[in-house]
Order: sequence, then C-alpha cells, then structure tokens
Amino acid sequence: MPEGQFKEGIVGGRLPAEQYADNFSDLHPPLDHHEALVESDRCYFCYDAPCMNACPTSIDIPLFIRQISTGNPIGSAKTIFDQNILGGMCARVCPTETLCEEVCVREVAEGKPVQIGRLQRYATDVAMSQNKQFYPRAEPTGKTVAVVGAGPAGLAAAHRLARHGHDVTILEARPKAGGLNEYGIAAYKSVDNFAQAEVDYVTAIGGIDIQNGKALGRDYQLSDLIRNYDAVFLGMGLGGVNALRADGEDAAGVTNAVEFIAELRQASDLSGLPVGRRVVVIGGGMTAIDAAVQSKLLGAEEVTICYRRGQEHMNASEFEQDLAAANGVTIRHWLQPKRVIADGGKVSAIELEYTAFNGDKLVGTGETLTLVADQVFKAIGQSFVPAALNGSGASIDLEAGRIKVDGEGRTSLAKVWAGGDCIFGGDDLTVSAVAQGRDAAESINRALASNGRA
Amino acid sequence: MADIRNNFVGIKSPNPFWLASAPPTDKAYNVIRAFKAGWGGVVWKTLGEEGPPVVNVNGPRYGAIWGADRRLLGLNNIELITDRDLQTNLREMKQVKMDWPDRALIASIMVPCEEESWKAILPLVEETGADGIELNFGCPHGMSERGMGAAVGQVPEYIEMVVRWCKQYTRMPVITKLTPNITDIRKPARAAHAGGTDAVSLINTINSITGVDLDSFAPQPTIDGKGSHGGYCGPAVKPIAMNMVAEIARDPETHGLPISGIGGITTWRDAAEFMALGAGNVQVCTAAMTYGFKIVQEMIAGLENWMDEKGHRSLDDIIGRATPNVTDWQYLNLNYVAKAHIDQDACIKCGRCHIVCEDTSHQAITSMVNGVRHFEVIEAECVGCNLCVNVCPVDNCITMEPLAAGAMDQRTGKPVSPVYANWTTHPNNPMAKVAAE
Repeated sequence: MPEGQFKEGIVGGRLPAEQYADNFSDLHPPLDHHEALVESDRCYFCYDAPCMNACPTSIDIPLFIRQISTGNPIGSAKTIFDQNILGGMCARVCPTETLCEEVCVREVAEGKPVQIGRLQRYATDVAMSQNKQFYPRAEPTGKTVAVVGAGPAGLAAAHRLARHGHDVTILEARPKAGGLNEYGIAAYKSVDNFAQAEVDYVTAIGGIDIQNGKALGRDYQLSDLIRNYDAVFLGMGLGGVNALRADGEDAAGVTNAVEFIAELRQASDLSGLPVGRRVVVIGGGMTAIDAAVQSKLLGAEEVTICYRRGQEHMNASEFEQDLAAANGVTIRHWLQPKRVIADGGKVSAIELEYTAFNGDKLVGTGETLTLVADQVFKAIGQSFVPAALNGSGASIDLEAGRIKVDGEGRTSLAKVWAGGDCIFGGDDLTVSAVAQGRDAAESINRALASNGRA
Repeated sequence: MADIRNNFVGIKSPNPFWLASAPPTDKAYNVIRAFKAGWGGVVWKTLGEEGPPVVNVNGPRYGAIWGADRRLLGLNNIELITDRDLQTNLREMKQVKMDWPDRALIASIMVPCEEESWKAILPLVEETGADGIELNFGCPHGMSERGMGAAVGQVPEYIEMVVRWCKQYTRMPVITKLTPNITDIRKPARAAHAGGTDAVSLINTINSITGVDLDSFAPQPTIDGKGSHGGYCGPAVKPIAMNMVAEIARDPETHGLPISGIGGITTWRDAAEFMALGAGNVQVCTAAMTYGFKIVQEMIAGLENWMDEKGHRSLDDIIGRATPNVTDWQYLNLNYVAKAHIDQDACIKCGRCHIVCEDTSHQAITSMVNGVRHFEVIEAECVGCNLCVNVCPVDNCITMEPLAAGAMDQRTGKPVSPVYANWTTHPNNPMAKVAAE
C-alpha cells in the first residue's frame, strides 16, 4: 500500500509504484517522424535568423530544420553538432522559451514559435541512436590537455580538443561524468539515462580519458596540472550552495535543493526516495522549480515556493513557472525566510517575513507568515568555491567570486583556460557552458599550434 | 439568392459542378452516392467498344505529391478506361438517368479511330437517355499507345474527323475533351470547333512521373520495379488548366465555344475562377478522390455566398467576365508603375523578402536600418516584380502599390505617364508600329 500524501514527515513510497514512472516520464515527448516534418515545415527559413542569433552556441537553426524537412535528419544533426556537440541535451534542457523560441518570428507573429528544441532533439536522437560520429580526429599532435570537470563545459572543450588531435584527460570529482546534466536538472527533462548516453557519444571520438573521483585540491593541485599538461581547462562548476541566513537552518529536514535533485537523478527506485508531506522551497530559479515540481511528483501533499521578490524578478522562465503551477505547486512572492522552527530537531515549520522594496533595497516589512513544513529546500543560488584552486602556485584572478576570463576563456594564469558556471559573466546555462568550453578549446588549440606549449 | 442552375449546351443541371469522367463515376453505386451528396452532373467513366473489357494493372494505379502535412497537391494515375463490360455500364446509366432526371449524365467515349466503331457505339449510348457525350481525346497513358485518347487529341485532323462522325451519327450534344500534352491548345480546340463540336472540355491529365524511389531507382507509381508516365491532376495543375481555358475562350476562332473547365478544381473559388475565364461549368475529380463527395456542399454554398455578396444573380453574370482581361504581353501597359510596400506593423521580420530580392532580384529591400533589423523597400531600386509579395509568409503584409499618374518613379527619375503605352509602340521595339501622323 502506498503511504499516501497525508503521511506526516519525510517518507518514501507515497505513491503507487507504477505512478512514479508516469510522473517522471518525458516532459516533452519526442516528435515522431511525421510530427517533425509538419513542425519543420512551419519554419520560414528566415534570413539572418533571430533564433540563430539568440542561440549561445549559434547553431544554424534554419538550416538544421530545413534538413529535417527534406528527410535528412543525419545532415541536420551534423549542422547542430558542428556548433554544439551536446546538442542532444541542450534540446532537452535549454530554456528555449527565453532563447531561440522567444525570438522566433512565429512567436512574434502568432505566439506559437517553431518548436526548435523538439526538432533539435528529433535530429540529434536520430544521429545518436545510430551512433553516427561526424568528426574524425586530426593527426595526433602529441599535446596533452587537462580538463577539470566533466560537465557540459568540460565535455565540449574535450571534444573539440580531441578533434584537433590533442589528448585530453578529464578529471571529475564525482563518480560519473556529465556534471549537472547527470546530477542536476529535473529527471523528466532527461529520461532514459540520456546524460550518460551523451557522454558516451561525445567521448566516442577517442582521445578523451575521463578519470572519476578526482577532485581538484583534494587529489591533485592546479600546479600539478600546469606542470604536467600543455594546457588546462577549468570547468568545475559551482561547488557551494548559498545559505538561507535564517535562524535554525541546521534542523533536520532542511536540505540543499541541488543535493535533493542529484539524489533523485541517481535513485534507482524513485519510490524509495523520501519526500515531505508539506514542502517549502526557498528560491526563484530553475533549481527551485525543479525541486518543487519533483517533490510534488514524488507525492508531497503541499509544495510551496517562496521567493523574496516579485513574479517579474524570478529567474525561472514563465514556462517553468507554469509547469510548477500545472503540477500543483504554489508560488508565493515577497517572502524571505526568517526562522526555521524545529520540533525535536526536525523542521516543523518555517517563519517567513514579507518583503518590499525600499527604494532599490529589499527590506523586511516586519509582517510574518508561518508555513507548516516537514521539509525545506534551499534553492537560493550556488556559489563558486575557489579554495580548491589555491593549493599551490600562483592564485588565479577572480571577479565577483568567480574565475575571471577574457573573451577566449583565458584566465589570468598562463596555460589555464576556464568556462562554464565557474567563470564570471556567464548565465549558468548548459548551452552557454558548451559555447564557452568549445571556444576555449579553439583558443587552446591556437595557442598550442602557435608555440608548441600554451 | 443567387441562382446557380447551369445550362451547358442545353444540358441542365442544378449546379455547375459535375464529376469528371474518372474512377468516381465508374458505376451506378458511386454515381448515386454523388447525386445524393449534391453533384449537379456526372461524366460517366469512359466507355470502350464492345468486347473483352480493358484490363488494369494490379499494382498501384496512383502516385502523388504532398505538402509537409500529407496534404495531397497533385495526383497521377495510370488507370485506363472502364474495365467493366459495356452492357453493364449502359444498363446502369439508363437506370440512373431515369432515377435522377434533374441531374446531368454524360457518357464519355473512347473507341478506335475508325468510323464504324463510333457509328456502332453512339446509338447504344443514345438509348440510355444520356444528356450528351464527351469524346475522350485526352488520356495520356495506356490507351494512347493503342492509338486512342491523347493519340487522337494530339492530331487536330483526327479530332475534327471524329467529331464530324459523332455529330453525324447522334443527336446528343458533343463535348470534346482535350489533352494538355500539346504545345498550343488552340489548335485542337479549333479542330473540334471545325468538326462541329458543341463544346470542349479541358484539361485532361498531364504526362507525369510523380517520384522516383531512390532505393530501387524506379519511377512512381512502381509496378514490379517499372513505372510508366501517368496523368497528372489535382491542385498543382490548376494554373496550367486555367491558362488553356483562357486561351480558347479568347481565341477569335473559338470565342464563344462552350467550355467545361477541368483541372485541380477543389473549392468554390477555383470553380469561380475557371468560369470567370470562360468555362460554362466545371468538372471535378481529384478533390472528390481526396475528400469524398461531400466537398460539393462547400462548393455550392461557397459559390452562392460569393455571388450573393457581389450581387451576381446567375452564372451568366460571371461566366467569361475575366476573359477580356486576358491579353498578350505586348499589350500590357508599360507606363503602369507599381512599387512594393511593406506594412511595418504586419511585418514579422523573417527577412525572406530581403534575401530573395538581394540574392535573386533587384537589391531593393533593406535588412538593417540604423543598426536595427528592418525591412523596407528601396523605391529607387524596386521594379515592382512582386517576388517579395509571393514569398512573404504574412497575408497582405507586402502589397503592390500603383504610382499615380504624375508621381515620380524614383527608379527611372521620371514622372509616371498618364498615357497607356505598350510594347507595340515602344521606341525600343524594332518592330514598333509608328502611330499615324
């Protein structure tokens, strides 16, 4: 018998066993062949297409869609992979509604953009299901490059470097490669173990050695890499989670949303994953939505997102907010956490304070609200943890707490490039990380070609 | 309420929509269903001479091309004339005509190009009470290899000869169905006219191969690895058919000869266009073969509504109204100047107008103005070609705006002349006719 929604506390098995598979099935099921043809026919093949300019990886979207419409999905996939070797995952997780599809002329004209993301998935699925590899490696250069982190930035950099004939070693702290594609992102956006399938697809080019369980600062130092490799790419993402700065946040049942999401992604049996009856998620970004929706899908009775500013300030896209609402998540605005109330060491409620702008400054109004909760998720942002970089040798320049890079991804240290969420100036998107990894790899390649060592 | 009753060479029908001679009219079962659905008349599927009936292929008879959502745009067939026994057809025709006296029933006929053959079949058809006959000089496949169908329609002398026989041996009105697989449609029409035909009908289908299977390298439709050209019809052929109808309607030698218009008619609008160009009624096949007989209800209601809206009381008010406006290129007014105009509020900024003009035409549309994506016509370069209008995905976003007489044409630097002037008098024309002093 399932435990049901009304069981107090943080428990697993709230739903009938078969319900989990249904709840966590593909958010956007793949287009079938005919649907892809019809959808691709909607594309106007715009000149200097706005979608293409909105894509952080600059995929030639009109061309890949036209290739689908002419029955050439393999050619279409190559058009995508030419710019974005992780085009398969980006097709699933990109907030297309704020990128390519937002500027699609059909969105402008009729509020119904061409479904670029789903078309991209269609084409990349065809190529990946055949393990169609498009890129032969160049003659071996004898150069070696170390990549820290096997997330989107690291994988994109590694693939491009391997193409150019360099040998790449990826050092990944976690047991699996993929970064947030594997450990972050809601499960319904990446079903059927797609993240690992993509890692396999990307590394099939050869010349990429992924070593798991190797953490920078713990198992090796940056100075080791600089000494032992011709170039280094840092793509380790963000290791820290911002604190609530609310009293009592150490109570049992207060968890980082990213850890919950990672645990959910790694769970072999979702029915075994415990979730509270009444869940409060603090935050207003994609992570907050992912944690909230998945809590609901695991069988929580009541899930509330509390965000300290207004709806218009939320980082989560409108689509994501609607998704949360459709799944029965309540989103409340202008509330900041004040105090976690515990009962026997376990969270029993959270006290929040209403907020308002005083000029540009967000301040508490003094009025409070208490929500009963047996589980609280912190999703108020992640931060870069620079400590690992500082084991030995010269320290790297930071900017606003993240690694400072130039337009090509070069850090302040010779031979060291960086990209992805760990650098300053990005937008914390998978697709941007891919673009930065790819472009840094090109920069590394130019440097290695010009003077032997970077 | 508009009156859409039709009188075509004395054959009356409650509306101008007939089903063309084709698979939908092969037997009583289908024809009765068609009449129940509201069709004004049928041209019964072509009868051959007495004897063993023709045989058809047993593989695919049709090929097609489609839009992305499988909307059928063009259909091709290699079916022959009726493969049913002549007596069976005649018996059914007689019964149907008796049961549906207000509907038109025409017999399509194709027999060898010999006087005896025609002489033999005509009385048999006449005995059914059919309202008229249509001479199938059009089918481009199969029968033409045996000296019938298009093989006759491509030789004006044969047309004239057979029409004469028919006029001689029957009192029924004779409609001569023409093949478009010929360089000048006026020639067979004139021949039919000379032979005394009461009307022509056109177009029959166009020689075509709809596709090639790129695995077997066989044309489609494919019968055991081989294919043959078939007859193309459906929406894709409508522009070709309309031109041919207009050519005959405006030819001084055949002007006034009744025309039954055929070729891709799918909607009331298509029908109205054919009739405006000079068709006295229309025949439909592919649309019915795509959607079933019910489509005629849309055609009837659509035609009536349009006529009511425009104040046309009967079909005579619209038939041939566009014919006088079809002319030769040489008579088009070269002093008429139009420029494309883009409605910026309607523009969705796809840029297609720009790129086609830039790459393939006259470099007359901007893509960027003051650093902003903006599409606007450069009047000094615009020749008024209309390509941008045709490629724009937004209805009415780009329009061709005529310049008023006296207005400055920025491309030529000259004011627009108020005077009509065509190529025949143009100074660049070495054959120009000098106006009399």
